[in-house]
Amino acid sequence: MALFIQQLINGVTLGSIYGLIAIGYTMVYGIIGMINFAHGDIYMIGAFNALLAFLVLGVLGVTWVPLSLLLVLVLAVVITAVYGWTVERVAYRPLRGSTRLAPLISAIGMSILLENYVQLLQGARNKPMTNMLSGGFRLMSRDGFNVEVRYLQVGIVALTIILMVGFTLLITRTALGRAQRATEQDRRMAALLGVNVDRTISLTFVIGAALAAVAGMMVLLYYGQIDFFIGFLVGIKAFTAAVLGGIGSLPGAMLGGLLIGLIEVMWSGYFSVDYKDVAAFGILVMVLIFRPTGLLGRPDLEKV
Amino acid sequence: MASAIAVVDYREFTKRALVAGFVTLVMASLLVGIEAVSTVNGLEVATRYRAVFCASIGVAIVYFLMEMLKAGRTLVPLIVSLAMIVLFAVLEWARAEGLPLGDQLPFDSWVVNWGVMLVPLSLALRALFITVRPEAKSSRTKTDARTHGFTGFYLRYNKLFGLILIVFAIGFPFMPFADRRLVDVGTLVLTYIMLGWGLNIVVGLAGLLDLGYVAFYAVGAYSYAMFATHFDLSFWVALPIAGALAASFGIMLGFPVLRLRGDYLAIVTLGFGEMIRIILTNWWWFTGGPNGINDVPRPSLFGLLFERSAPPGRETFAQFFDIPYSPSQRVFFLYFVILVFALFTNLFTLRLRRLPISRAWEALREDETACRALGINPRNTKLTAFAIGAMFAGMAGSFFAARQGFVSPESFVFIESAVILAIVVLGGLGTQIGVVLAAIVLIGLPEFFRDLQDYRMLVFGIGMVLIMIWRPGGLLSHRDPTIFLHRGKAKS
Repeated sequence: MALFIQQLINGVTLGSIYGLIAIGYTMVYGIIGMINFAHGDIYMIGAFNALLAFLVLGVLGVTWVPLSLLLVLVLAVVITAVYGWTVERVAYRPLRGSTRLAPLISAIGMSILLENYVQLLQGARNKPMTNMLSGGFRLMSRDGFNVEVRYLQVGIVALTIILMVGFTLLITRTALGRAQRATEQDRRMAALLGVNVDRTISLTFVIGAALAAVAGMMVLLYYGQIDFFIGFLVGIKAFTAAVLGGIGSLPGAMLGGLLIGLIEVMWSGYFSVDYKDVAAFGILVMVLIFRPTGLLGRPDLEKV
Repeated sequence: MASAIAVVDYREFTKRALVAGFVTLVMASLLVGIEAVSTVNGLEVATRYRAVFCASIGVAIVYFLMEMLKAGRTLVPLIVSLAMIVLFAVLEWARAEGLPLGDQLPFDSWVVNWGVMLVPLSLALRALFITVRPEAKSSRTKTDARTHGFTGFYLRYNKLFGLILIVFAIGFPFMPFADRRLVDVGTLVLTYIMLGWGLNIVVGLAGLLDLGYVAFYAVGAYSYAMFATHFDLSFWVALPIAGALAASFGIMLGFPVLRLRGDYLAIVTLGFGEMIRIILTNWWWFTGGPNGINDVPRPSLFGLLFERSAPPGRETFAQFFDIPYSPSQRVFFLYFVILVFALFTNLFTLRLRRLPISRAWEALREDETACRALGINPRNTKLTAFAIGAMFAGMAGSFFAARQGFVSPESFVFIESAVILAIVVLGGLGTQIGVVLAAIVLIGLPEFFRDLQDYRMLVFGIGMVLIMIWRPGGLLSHRDPTIFLHRGKAKS
């Protein structure tokens, strides 16, 4: 039982991170119907930006932890959002209106490009970081097994909840959210009614990249090390999460992320660490067979 | 897009160029400007601010010039880009001479410096091109014209072109310039051509997006490696078994997921590819784990071995024909084996396209609902495409194992799937010769830049993006159905 609770806590933390990245996939898929393959690498760039920002602040002598965390968060989010914008502008916008495969190939190219860009600039070895937020609460102790919640885990889950609330408000209450939903439903009609479609799509990428940057910073703090290749597997899992939750659905992405995180952590806890990724994909295949639209997805009817 | 008589609004250009420069500055500020160097004491900081500065200025200038070119003004872009090239050349010369001026080059690595110089160079060429042929001012119309011209040319001389390529491929190892290494590169390119043609059946004809094609390649490679090491089966006996195994894997995977729509299929195949790789890595007592399987025997020619000396009872190729042994004999032999395989794949596809099943694939690709209404069973039809594609991947995999002499999970990463898919899509979906061109560009060319190993994949990624932007339909874009009822508008 103690192990279960501990794994539950770890799973929710990991799931929050996946969920934040999955939102980027699901939003982009919803609005332009493409798999943004480079999104995992945007998350990796977010993590690297956070790491470098920490280092710079260390050199500048900012040592008060809350302040440096806040500054790093802002820096990483802003810079990574610019990356998201540029990727869309350079690699996807010229391909709007061509075949469905063209942007996907362009995205795969972008992903390879970003990975190698970071590898060349920062080296291939993984970058360790000193633990900034150690310590935690001890929830219970049984049979010599301590169930512990790290402060960092509380922080990650809390920040995810705050972002989710803010994000839901953004989508449901603001002009941008309305424009986004309109563009998602019918791009041409939205354009005719005065929605700036290009700008809306750009902003979608920017928001996705910003959330991915937050996730990147969380992973950096949580695991304490990153390398240029972290984006690939996490990207696939986050996309799996988006599909699991029902692609195009925002609460679905979060739910899918949580589920994937829990499955992965539980599997490593109870079965084998080696096959945790296989478990995540296995569940995905099951869901797709029995509920092809995902957990919260709308079935898409096809008109002839 | 600029029209023929565009009003040149320099303030707008300046604004956009400044934005572009600023965006570059923001993006480069941390990742380029600061390097986290791992030392014994943890991470330390090294700065590279000159690179950031030069990159931002450079992007702003280039952006401004591009806007001018779009508006049809060629003189200023020509002069400025030539000036940039001259500046570069002087700095490069100074560096070569060891003068202090040489330290002012923007980037630390000479490869990047030279690569960046290509940008003003292409701008200058473009400016020249527009000056010489003013009607080609708008890039959009020019691309369209060339697409039609090029594709039309290709369609007209399709057979001839193919024949020339085949003759060239057969004669290639005997050309005076072809040494062992070049033939080896040719073998590699042909392997990818075969994979590309195999995947073309799945993606190009049936329109199923398969992101885990490498899984079937892996199944084929491991089947041969295991049959050969455990049961002593020869390559030629194991080959059809490996193909059949890969095909049945295709059916096993395809059966549950092929009723799903395209993008789900993509992610499931991707997941499946990763699963195969993870299983190959972790199931160590069966697959040899991360070390893989070593000492996979090479293929023989009707029992003749390509080794220095034959075991008792066998003969080597050199002994049989009474010629001195040379290691290049095996390289040449492998080249011809894969050439035959690839041509067989091509022939198979071409014949297949005349069968009802291929018509059904194309119809499914265009409109699944209509096909359902016409009584085509979508799942079974797609399954055949999937299985046939997988079979060719399995055979190519067996060849790969035989050529390498060992297999390990590292050869079957996702990037391989992406590369094969890129070959198919860049080549132009559904075209056979496009695959050849794309394989030569993507696999052959980078092999000659082995010295620039670190930058190879970077350039590969840039190339993929640029080719897609430049020709979204692929190098040879043509995706018409094989037959028409009425010569009408083909839906793409």
